[in-house]
Order: sequence, then structure tokens, then C-alpha cells
Amino acid sequence: MRLPRFNPDRRQFTLIWRALWVAGLLPLLVLVSAGLRDALGANPIEYITRATGDWTLRLLLLTLAVTPLRQLTGWHWLVRLRRMLGLYAFFYACLHLTTYVWLDQFFDWPGMLKDIAKRPFVTLGFAAFVLMLPLAATSTNAMIRRLGGRTWQRLHRAVYAVAVLGVAHYWWLVKKDLTEPILYASVLGTLFALRLWHARRLQRTLQAQAA
Amino acid sequence: MLIKRPADIAPSEITPRALFDGRRDFIRTAGLGLGAALIGAGLPPAARAAGHGGQPLGPLVKSPYSTSEKLNDYSDITGYCNFYEFGTDKSDPARNAHRLKTRPWTVSIEGLVNKPKTLAIEDVLKLAPLEERIYRLRCVEAWSMVIPWVGFPLSALLKQVEPLGSAKYVEFTTLADPQTMPGVRSGVLDWPYVEGLRLDEAMHPLTLIAVGLYGEVLPNQNGAPMRLVVPWKYGFKSAKSIVKIRFTDKEPVSSWTRAASREYGFYSNVNPDVDHPRWSQARERRLGEFTKRKTLMFNGYGDQVASLYTGMDLQKNF
Repeated sequence: MRLPRFNPDRRQFTLIWRALWVAGLLPLLVLVSAGLRDALGANPIEYITRATGDWTLRLLLLTLAVTPLRQLTGWHWLVRLRRMLGLYAFFYACLHLTTYVWLDQFFDWPGMLKDIAKRPFVTLGFAAFVLMLPLAATSTNAMIRRLGGRTWQRLHRAVYAVAVLGVAHYWWLVKKDLTEPILYASVLGTLFALRLWHARRLQRTLQAQAA
Repeated sequence: MLIKRPADIAPSEITPRALFDGRRDFIRTAGLGLGAALIGAGLPPAARAAGHGGQPLGPLVKSPYSTSEKLNDYSDITGYCNFYEFGTDKSDPARNAHRLKTRPWTVSIEGLVNKPKTLAIEDVLKLAPLEERIYRLRCVEAWSMVIPWVGFPLSALLKQVEPLGSAKYVEFTTLADPQTMPGVRSGVLDWPYVEGLRLDEAMHPLTLIAVGLYGEVLPNQNGAPMRLVVPWKYGFKSAKSIVKIRFTDKEPVSSWTRAASREYGFYSNVNPDVDHPRWSQARERRLGEFTKRKTLMFNGYGDQVASLYTGMDLQKNF
């Protein structure tokens, strides 16, 4: 599948970048506006926790979709949007964790430590967050230069683990209806499969060229 | 915000019937009566000045079992429901339950009884004087509400059929109609939904058949036309839209136990010391409150029901 070549010029790319920047803020704006209109339902804290968690997962999957999309479409400029997607995933993860620490547990530190140690789904979610920290911290151009491209790339492969942990976190917390966790897991699985498929194809092409 | 309240409310503190339609005034008065602490807890936003559009259920007997805690809003009680037959999202039942047909409705009472019966809902409603029972409801998901149910003790219904001496348990089966219940078409639980109680639990005066809410006919999404309310157990024990009641000598296997026996036991008494395997039950969020409150043993009904479980290991019989 090859989409028509599309290579935005500088002005077009700036427009796309800005549009994505605004779009990334929309879920938060929707949440804040619903909060102001008292439209978060009977259990607002649960609603906020779920919304910020959902958006963290969605943005993580979008971040991971960039490479397969690039490979499928040949739109290599997409990679220049990836950092923003990843940072937005981190942004919503921070909001998600803040909701838990502040609104849900109300700074009950001993209670939270017990939660993290005892509840597998909290453990997984927290581990995912901790793994995101070095990725967010090394997201600047300066850090990429300092680490060197290869080391940086190796470090940032941790995003695969973050996504797996994030989906498992969701899977483990639902009471019975697994529909949505299954959906997220399938998307993640598909993205992994696409990468593998592409790597195999590349390998075969290289082998054919070498022969 | 933890407000200490007396465990039991004296009957003298229960709403006079004449004030029923002015609940806001009543609770404000009752709050004053109970002292400054209660006023600090805030006045009820749930108070109803007018009806909520349902059919009023006429004069109701007040109950000494009612709590004087702040009621949850009608909109919260009817908009935030676990009723998986209509979908697993809390807002699904309110959206989908209008398709439920509550007339004609019959409930058959059978099994180990002398006089098995099939009763029409109209006759069920005439079995006993309707009472208002304001109960705490604690969901297994660690949230809670205070709900003004209308109903009568389940025992009044069970006595109709003269249970045999060999009957030890009561099993409740609820409606599973794929035509009107979208959730039943999915396989999220084994339908129909089944719940069970030990006979002494079923005959306990706190155990209620609810047919109304806030003085009006029970909305469909809350389990119309008749449901169980067992206030010292997690909410899922209180089966909704009941069509069959069966007396047995064997412990019934309830739907949630069938789905995950490690997580949901037969008894499912509210117990802050026995965690759900995946989350803590020590605290709960009372809907409408910001910080969580401590969960009480037997949901605060220990004085009435603890004796049912004397000598039992509640860690094992969770």
C-alpha cells in the first residue's frame, strides 16, 4: 500500500504541528469544561481518572503508530511529530497519577505505598509511569546529542514496555467487561506485528541484494 | 470529612409522614436536632421539593431501620447504576432500561415450599404496607450511596409459600430478555443473573423487596418492578428485576461467584478487613463527597446482623 507522496513544505508542516499541538490539549479542555458544567457524572473522580488514563493509552499507541505508518505510507515527516505525541502521553500520565495521588487517595502516602506493593494493577501502572520519566527527560535535541543517537534509541525502546505495562494495567483493573482493554491490546499487537513484518521484509530485501 | 453519628437512629427521629413531601425541610430539621456536627456535614442537595416524574407510591410507613444520613441525589441514584443486563457502563442502564417491560410481571416462588405460587406484581405490591427505608448502599467497587428505598421485608413475601424445614437457602433469578436487554446479548456474565441468600439472611427484617425510590415507583434502571436490597452486603447481592425465587437445601452459586469465585464469595458481606484481591475495601467514596470515608463492618449494620455470622471465619467465608 503506497499512499500518494505527500511531503509538506515548511509552512504546511508548521500548520500540521500546531494543529496537533492544539488537538493534544483538547481532551484536557473537554474535561475541564465538563467539570465546570458539573457534567462529570455521579463519580467525578472516577471519571477524571478514567479519562486521563484512556488518553495516556491512546497517545502512547499513537506514538507507537508513527513508525509503522511511516513504513506503510512513506510519509517520513511523520516522525517529526512523534516527540510531541510521546510528550502528550506523558502529560496525560502525569494528570492520571496526580488524580490518583490527590483526588483519589488525597495524599495518603502509606496507603498508596501499600496500594503499589499489593495491587498488581497499581504496580503495573506505577512501573509504566516510572519508565516514562527517563524518556520524557531525554526528549530534547540536546539530550539526543549528548547520549548519541544509538544510545538514545536503545533507551527509548523502553516505550514498548511502557505500552505493554499500560495495557496490562487497564486489563487488570476492570471488573469483568474486557472489551476496551482487549481493544487497546489488539491495537498494540497490530502495531508490533506491523513492525515485525516490516523488519522481515527489509531483511529479505537486503539478503536478496547481497546474494 | 468523617462525621461521627450514632449507630442507631431512634424511631422518634424518623421523618413525620406529613413532612414527606418537604424532605429538604425535614432533613434540615433533623440535622438541627442531631446537633451542629450534622449541619456541618452539609444539607442534602438530594432533597426533593417536587416529584421526579415517577408514579407516587402513596402513604409510606417510616422505618426505624432508616438512616438519617444525607441522601444521594435522585439523578445520581438513577444515573449511576450497575445493571449489566443493560450494559457495563454506569450510564448504560439509564440509557437502555426504558425498553424493559415491567407490566405484566410475575414472580414465581418455588422449590422446597408447601405452597408454590406465581404472583402478579400487582399482588406483590399489596402483600404488606409499603415502607420507606433509607439505607446505605456499598458497592464492591468501593463507592457508596444513601438511598431512600420503598418496599417491604422480603420475609412477608417468603411466608406466603410456607417454606419447608429442609429449605436452607433462597435463590433469586432475574429477568434475562435479549429482546429488551442489550447486555444479555453479550457474554459478559452467565445469564440469567442469579443471587442467593441463606434462609436466615433472607428472613432478616433488614432484607427488603424494593419497589420504589424517593417515594415513587422504582425506575427501570434500578431494578423495576421488584428487586432485592440487602444493605449489609455488597450491592451486587441485591438482585434486580426478580422473576423467580427458589428455596433450596444447597448453597446457590451466584453469577459473580461463577464468574470469579476468588473475587466474589457467596456471603459478600461488606467487610473493610477483607480486601477484594485487586483492590482495598477499607475505604469507600460516598458519592458526592470528596475524600474517602472508612468502610464500616457490615456496612454499619453490625448491630442488627453480626449475630448471623457468630463463629464463622469471615476471611474464609467472604
